Order: sequence, then C-alpha cells, then structure tokens
Amino acid sequence: MRELECPFDAEAIMLKKKQLKRKLLAEEKTVRIKKKIAVLGGQTTRDIILVMELFLLNYGIEPEFYESEFNQFYQDAMFPNEQLEAFQPDIIYFCTTNRNIKKFPTLRKSPGEIEIMLENEFSVYRQMWERVAAVYQCPVIQNNFELPLYRLLGNRDAYDVHGFTHYVNRLNAMFAEYAGTHKNIYLCDLQYLSADYGIRSWSDPFYWHMYKYAVAVPAIPFLAHNVANIIKSIFGKNKKGFVLDLDNTLWGGIVGDDGPENLKIGAEESTGQAYSEFQRYLKAHTDLGIVLTVNSKNDMENALAGIRHPDNILKEEDFTIIKANWNSKDQNFRDIAAELNVLPESLIFVDDNPAERMMVTEQIEGVRAPEIDDVVHYGIMIDRSGFFEVTSISEDDLKRNEMYRNNAERIRQQAKFADYGEYLASLEMKARITAFEPICFARIAQLTNKSNQFNLTTRRYTQYEIEELANSPEHITLCGKLEDKFGDNGIVSLMIGRIEKDVCHVELWLMSCRILKRDMECAMLDQLVRKCRERNISQILGYYYPTAKNKMVEQLYSDMSFAKISENEKNETVWEMDLRKGYLEKNRYIKVEEEK
Amino acid sequence: MSRAEILERLNEIFCEVFDDATLNISEETSAADIEDWDSMEQISILMACEKMFQIKFDIEEASMLVCVGDIVTLIENKIC
Repeated sequence: MRELECPFDAEAIMLKKKQLKRKLLAEEKTVRIKKKIAVLGGQTTRDIILVMELFLLNYGIEPEFYESEFNQFYQDAMFPNEQLEAFQPDIIYFCTTNRNIKKFPTLRKSPGEIEIMLENEFSVYRQMWERVAAVYQCPVIQNNFELPLYRLLGNRDAYDVHGFTHYVNRLNAMFAEYAGTHKNIYLCDLQYLSADYGIRSWSDPFYWHMYKYAVAVPAIPFLAHNVANIIKSIFGKNKKGFVLDLDNTLWGGIVGDDGPENLKIGAEESTGQAYSEFQRYLKAHTDLGIVLTVNSKNDMENALAGIRHPDNILKEEDFTIIKANWNSKDQNFRDIAAELNVLPESLIFVDDNPAERMMVTEQIEGVRAPEIDDVVHYGIMIDRSGFFEVTSISEDDLKRNEMYRNNAERIRQQAKFADYGEYLASLEMKARITAFEPICFARIAQLTNKSNQFNLTTRRYTQYEIEELANSPEHITLCGKLEDKFGDNGIVSLMIGRIEKDVCHVELWLMSCRILKRDMECAMLDQLVRKCRERNISQILGYYYPTAKNKMVEQLYSDMSFAKISENEKNETVWEMDLRKGYLEKNRYIKVEEEK
Repeated sequence: MSRAEILERLNEIFCEVFDDATLNISEETSAADIEDWDSMEQISILMACEKMFQIKFDIEEASMLVCVGDIVTLIENKIC
C-alpha cells in the first residue's frame, strides 16, 4: 500500500490509521501468516501497536497483540503471568527507552560506583531476556537506548564516566555484545532511529509529560516500521534482489545517444561520483546474497558498452541476468523473475523513470519500486525502506547469488536437451535427506514461514517448535538438500510426519519452488516411506489444505498414487497410501545419500 | 475564520480520525459522545489540528480540552 511505503507521510499515517487498517483488511487476495506479538513497554505503546499492525498487514503478516500494562515490562517478563503464557507469543518486543533507565551517573559517584550501576542496569535486561527465552522460547526484539536529550557536561558528557551520554553508549555496547553473541535476540536500534529523525524532535518531552510516550507521536511510524521490518525478516519475508534500469539509474546520461565515453560515472565530476556511490551501495548487497539484474530499454550492444565502461563499480559479472531489449519493462521483469525462479514480488524495481515504475508496479502485483528522484538520494531511498533487513546471516545467504546464477544457467542448458529426462540426468543431482539437524533449525523455520506454493498444509513453525519436533519420538522429520553440477541449492524440501500407532500423518510437506520438476518430491516421499517402514507403519495419510497460492500441489498426492479418502466443504482433502500393498520408489534422477 | 468554519474543518478531522464519514460534531460534543474518543485518539486530533491550522498547542492547553467547543475556542484564540 503506497501510504505505508518509504518515504511515508508519518502524520498522515497517524491520522488515518483506522481507515488504512480497514483498507488493508479488505484486500482479499492477500494471504497472511498469523503471528502473536507481545509488546512489553516502558512507555505508552498503544499507537505504536496500532501503527505496527498496519506495516505488518502490509507485509503479509496478521498480528495479534498482547500489550503490557503501562510500564510493566519488567513484571511481565520476570514473573509468572498466566495471560501471557496462554497467549504463547511468537515474538516478544521490549519497547523500552532511556526514560526506563533507573539510575543516572552523577559527579558525586565514583567510577567504581558507576561501573556497578551499569552492571545492575544491564542485568535487569539480561535477566528478562534469559527468563523469556526459557519460558516463552520465542525471538525477542529489544530496543536499545536513544541518546539523552540533555547533556549536563556538554561535549564531555560523551567521554566522561559521569556523563549520561557516556553511560547510555556503554549500555548500548553491552546490549550489542549480548545480542551479537546470543541467538533469537534482535536489537531495534533506537539510537540510530532517533538520530536519523533528530533526537530533539524524537524525544520531545511534551509527549512524555502529556501521554507518557518517550517517542514523539509524529515519530511513531518510523519506530513501528522499523520493528515491523525486523519481524518480517524473522519470518522470511525479505526481498531477494534488484531489477535495475541502466541510463540515469546506474550512470548519468543515455548510452545509446551520448555514447559510452560520455556517460557520467566515476571520480571525474560530481554527478559521476554520486552514481559511483550508488553503484558501490548496490554492489555491497551481493555479499548478502541479494541478486542484481538489469532491465533496460536498449540494444544489448549499447547496454554492454555502458556496463563495460571502466569507471563502473558494478561489473558485467555482478549482474546475474541482463535484459536489454525493446520489450516492455514489465515483460522483462516477469522474465527475470522466472529465470531466477523467484516470485516477481520478491524483486525491487529501480528505475529513474516514474512512468516505467508505474508500468511495472501496476502490471505486477506486489512489486515495490522506490520513488527515486535525484541520484544523490537513490541510496537512502532504498536503504530506509528496509527491504533486506538482516536478522540472520546464514551460509545459504552467502551462497545465494551463486545459486541464482546457477539457476539461470540451468534454464539455458535445459533448452539444449531434446527430452526433459535427459536434461535431469545431465544435472547429476545428489540429495542428502536427513532428520532435522540443529545446525539447520533456523533455516527450516524460515522455510516453513515463507513457502506458499509447494506447501500442502501451509503450517508455520517457530524455531523452537522445529527443535521440539526434531526431538520428538512421535515425529518423523525430513530435511532435504539438493546439489547438482551447477552448485549447491541448500535446503530445499521439508516433511514432518506425526506417528499415531501404525499411521503416519503428513503434517507438513513443502518444497522450494526453485527446484520444481526435478524429482525431489519423489526422493522425499521415497525417504518418508523408508522411514515409515523402519517403524512398521502401514499407512500414510496426506493432507491438502487449499490456500490462494498452493493450487500447484492440489493433485500432488494423486500424482504420487495416494487415494483420496475424504474432502470437506473447504475443499480440504485427505489422501491415503497403504504401505502393505507395496511401494515402488519414484525418484529416478537423484542420487540420494543415506542418513548417517 | 468564524467558529462555524473552524467547527466545519474540525468535523473533517474527526471523520478521518474515527474513520466515520457520517460524524456530525457540534461544540457540545465530548468524549462521552463518541465511543472511540479517548485520551489516545485525542493525540491524533490535536496533531491534525496543529497541521491544518498551522498552530502549536502547549501542554497546559492540551490538558484542558474537554469538548469540541474547547478546541474551537483554543484554535480561534490562536489564529485570530
């Protein structure tokens, strides 16, 4: 929804939040995952919650909130609380600020006393994090502290142990140290947000004395947006890549008209420097596994001449796909998504031309195209949108770019084979299918939250639930990784079977769409059958729950020779496979490595 | 700007904040008359007034508002 995209009009959001919520809820096509969020505040949190709800709905997450009583964050976290326990939060957000700091250093205190105060203050938070981790077993989001509004010692406040600024900086460093070394805790960087907004306005005491808001009400959307970004990232809803225009987006000038030698790029003059800075910013994304592609109205020859300009920071090999032709940009955009094997909405469109942006965003549902205007602000427009909020850095992420490149290469190869089977055989695929292993819990939980298409039941799990299932004797868990001659695809398929006497209920079966039609689903089922046989299970029951996005697997069980045994009014179907009748292994093209 | 004109523009703000196009407020309207009007929604109303009339309320003024008439008076004093 445009009103909720950067740069948003924060005052308009505050004013129209009821209307915006009504409109978001009226969007029927949107499939949203439901998440329970406990907001434990050290200030009034009502508007923060109301606005956060808008951003989350816009990200495809339908939140339910628990809100602590005013300033009861510590009590709620530290003591048994039936209501919160029954709520079973998926996320706990500690919305605290420097107004919650209990003791301030003064000139009368010795450095030793201040050190002890600091330890005591920090231990309040550490105890809360430890207790909620043990009791609620869910990710925790914690505000760090905004810098103080007043500086008693002036500049010295920053470097004297008696300065409150110094004290807050130390506390923030302790928070960072903890969050950087513990799983499942994420900092909401209030220090950065408030600085970005302007501390003087952010901490306007009017709102504290009037309403007990430690963040100025007009700044609430910036805080809410930031927290929503962390949450959507935790649940695997980050964007995956860029689709970039060339002329006047990556360099100044039009390569076809001006010639590559006259493009503005590089250190020679100001405009060129600004484009270089933007290119450097984009290039840094590739380390995060964010894919870069080109969508340009140009002859390929001209486009490449521009890209090969020696002063470019981005080189030809940084782009996984280059589309330079005279097709419409939305057509190219769809083709790029298809070749990468990702949903179009997971790519960001960057183009200086508003008409092209409109074309793409109107033609393709859910695509975001930041309204960039002047090259000096291209980077910040993208940066503040939080498209790629990094909550975890997995090995898969680091390898992702290679994976996209391999995908595109596979698609090119596919065209060379007469017969699809021949193509599959040529891929030399190897799968490793194991039970859920601790090292993969994070990625497994992430997959359950973001897979929509090849997903039979669309059940979502937290990392802790995954851990429990992995340890449960009543469950068979399968996690499939697939490798081929082009590279490693990482974890691509999951199955969870619940065992009840001699029946196995398939509660989850999902697969990443980038390896569709590769026989991996067959390999997974084969493995499940093997595991069931080891346990003398005689019957497998499969369930299909239709959603707006998983129609592709409506007939999967039928294709796998299950028999339909029931269907209810919601078109949810149940399928049976009788193992006593024998089972023919279905996978033909993948070499499966046995579990150790 | 007359009190009636101020009231008319205030009505637009109320319709927006409470997402109810049928609202028709008078100077006597108070929090008791509109179900969702509490101290929290008051923030949105005051923010919208500040923007629409290009004024600023101080903490004393913001604390004293009971009914719509109070808001009208306050705005009238500031812009006239």
